Amino acid sequence: MKAICLYFQVHQPFRLKTYRFFDIGKDDNYFDNHSNAGIIRKIAEKCYLPANKILMDIIRAYPGRFKVAFSISGTALDQFELYAPEVLKSFRELVATGHVELLAETYSHSLASLVSGDEFKKQVKRHIKRIRQLFGVTPTTFRNTELIYSDKIARKVAMMGFEAMLTEGTEKILGPQSPNHIYKSQAAPNLKLLLKNYRLSDDIAFRFSDQSWQQWPLTSQKFIKWLNELPEEQQIVNLFMDYETFGEHQWAANGIFDFLTSLSLELLTSSPFTFVTPTEAIRQLDVRNSLSASNPISWADEARDLSAWLGNELQHDAFDSLYKLKKKVKKCTDKKILNDWKYLQTSDHFYYMCTKDMADGEVHKYFTPYSSPYLAFINYMNVLSDFEIRVTQHLRALRRQREQQLIKKLINDEREAILQPVMADLIVERKIKARK
Amino acid sequence: MTMRILMFGWEFPPHISGGLGTACYGITTALLKQGVQITFVVPRLYGDEDAATFRLVSASGTFIDLSEPGFQKWKERLEYIEAQSALAPYSTDQATTITSGVSGLHEEAISAFSHKFQLSGKYDEHLLEEVQKYALIGAKIAAEYDHDIIHAHDWLTYQAGLAAREVSGKPLIIHVHATEYDRSGENVNVPVFEIEEEGMTQADHIIAVSEYTRQIIINKYGIPAEKVSVVHNGILPKPFHLKQSKPVKDKIVTFMGRITYQKGPEYFIEAANKVLKMVPNVRFVMAGSGDMMHRMVLRAAQLKISSRFHFTGFLKGDEVDRMYGMSDVFVMPSVSEPFGIAPLEAMQADVPVIISKQSGVSEVLDNAIKVDFWDVDALADAIAAVLQYKGLAQAFRQNGTDDIRKLNWDNTGIKIKNIYESTTKQLV
Repeated sequence: MKAICLYFQVHQPFRLKTYRFFDIGKDDNYFDNHSNAGIIRKIAEKCYLPANKILMDIIRAYPGRFKVAFSISGTALDQFELYAPEVLKSFRELVATGHVELLAETYSHSLASLVSGDEFKKQVKRHIKRIRQLFGVTPTTFRNTELIYSDKIARKVAMMGFEAMLTEGTEKILGPQSPNHIYKSQAAPNLKLLLKNYRLSDDIAFRFSDQSWQQWPLTSQKFIKWLNELPEEQQIVNLFMDYETFGEHQWAANGIFDFLTSLSLELLTSSPFTFVTPTEAIRQLDVRNSLSASNPISWADEARDLSAWLGNELQHDAFDSLYKLKKKVKKCTDKKILNDWKYLQTSDHFYYMCTKDMADGEVHKYFTPYSSPYLAFINYMNVLSDFEIRVTQHLRALRRQREQQLIKKLINDEREAILQPVMADLIVERKIKARK
Repeated sequence: MTMRILMFGWEFPPHISGGLGTACYGITTALLKQGVQITFVVPRLYGDEDAATFRLVSASGTFIDLSEPGFQKWKERLEYIEAQSALAPYSTDQATTITSGVSGLHEEAISAFSHKFQLSGKYDEHLLEEVQKYALIGAKIAAEYDHDIIHAHDWLTYQAGLAAREVSGKPLIIHVHATEYDRSGENVNVPVFEIEEEGMTQADHIIAVSEYTRQIIINKYGIPAEKVSVVHNGILPKPFHLKQSKPVKDKIVTFMGRITYQKGPEYFIEAANKVLKMVPNVRFVMAGSGDMMHRMVLRAAQLKISSRFHFTGFLKGDEVDRMYGMSDVFVMPSVSEPFGIAPLEAMQADVPVIISKQSGVSEVLDNAIKVDFWDVDALADAIAAVLQYKGLAQAFRQNGTDDIRKLNWDNTGIKIKNIYESTTKQLV
């Protein structure tokens, strides 16, 4: 059997508004609701809704034969609910067909997998809960933020009971081996790995509209020809990409939707390939080998490591300043504080602070709402300063409240301690009187 | 007889990028009080300048007949400059933010011989070109307006002053608010340096804003000491009625100004790092923008102090006041500061100040801590001391008012008028 596994990442961060130094201590609304709403609605129209419709049509036309997998971050779900409920509805309809697998991740698409303690686990649980609440399914495959993976993370993910995890098919962990097999983690042998075929995936995600690319224009026939040329023993091709590839990164006018449609249909009708979901893949295919990643890898940039988010001192300082608050936030009960804590952890905030230039810089520039990584950093640190003040104030208030309760209790106890003997005496007295 | 002054400046409130416009305003109003008549020329007027009592002339739009022999020399220079590559000698500040909406330089041909120049008054890559055009117009204006003395402020206007003197034959006084050595250290921008040198050498008299600057003029530009007088700037009384409510409980230490080499921002960061290790509950703010800002942001991140070290970007008028109002200590660690008005403003807002010895303002302030700009340890000590010993801050606050009272513009006006008189006498 030759399998093809389509997986799409759906993620939107809560972008910060311009937050100035003078706002610190005065303004606890950090997010740019107006522009977030605008962006979500725009992408809904350009990508999510038309792409979902195409997938739905094919699933209905080929019941049980066409399958895809999605990971939808909690911050994306929250924003769909707020700004584009029709997108949520259409994803629910897709999942309801039974041929769409949803993957688990951290709620806010965060870098918590790199932090010690149980923050990572908590965020994954929160995401699963949200998926269950919205879609009525429980994910069993894990997909970490931007396919970040390492031995250490694999152990954490296996401990949470996941059967499989997705990551990048980079030579860094594969060496000369092909990504087109099922592997398992050396550090956690129960955890199976699906590796992104980055050459074929990026041909669609990054190069589809690139006229300077030798293979331009990319047609479904050409793509299927490449798939057919793969060596016989290779079992699975994992095409993993941002869902926004369709209609947002690659424009409809350049034919990306037609490509998606014709590629799917031709694979279904005239190729030896079978569509599988990640869970089906690990159950049906044999494990080829075990892989080790002592240093974290990811699907971002040429370097395929953490350098897109934690590559310079700005990012490290911001990251450390954020997670320095971890212990304090744990004690907080205020809903808004806990919610802000979630949204402030979204990896995009760190991505905007990247100072890389060259090809990677271009990609970063495409995504960032800031004119420079320095401004992104300053803005984030201003917000974080305010957040820290709020956390401190809240904890102080909680402490005071607890103290007051304690004092009240002490007073009550005291009163009872004094009253009870007196009362007891009175009761005895009355009883004696009554007997008389 | 009333003395008539033809004054060349580059900016005038409210369209200013730094201390120069403010100083020109103070000087002009003080001289008017002394009964002096002033025609003040700026490259371009916006229409909202405060010029109720004197004549403010825009150099833009002045018609110039280039065929007149008197203009030939300046015309040649103009072409020479135009042929040069783009330079940005003063462009490290924020003038563009203030003057936004103003388009670039336009030169509009009126006839084969007559040109009408449009000057933007901006600090950009066309600056040297503009300086030359301004000179050309200076000559024209000198022919049109009667005057007894020409007074030119800073290098941007020296050429205009020289051209005006050539036309009218009246004495030229140049007023040095800053030199290329302040702005760039030893790596001077040669064309700018040459303009300064020519202006200083040719001028009939030079006014320096401080003894510190006077020494630079004498030592770096080789000007005879007797040709240079010191007249300190003043400061307009400005009551700060309300202390700003601080959003944070922590003490705030502020650096405010252009984030450029001249202002010594890196010494502020290094000192902040030392203070943060010793003193809890303190935050540092670097307010302003400039060509070293990115390096400073990165440095703060390297030192891992960004959660306590903040950047505000460029501050507008009322934000400047708010910033002073929130500050507990004001630091000006300038590498070379001809005068430095910011610490005076801080003192007016009751903020204790720490300034570098390499500043003109340190000559006139008694109630301030003075350190060498490069002495980061001393700077850190001073900041920590003001933060922790309440008596120190209180003493500075109480006595600082005396320093400020002495620095009124009236004194400045009287001194400048005396220089006008002695200069005209010398020439007679």
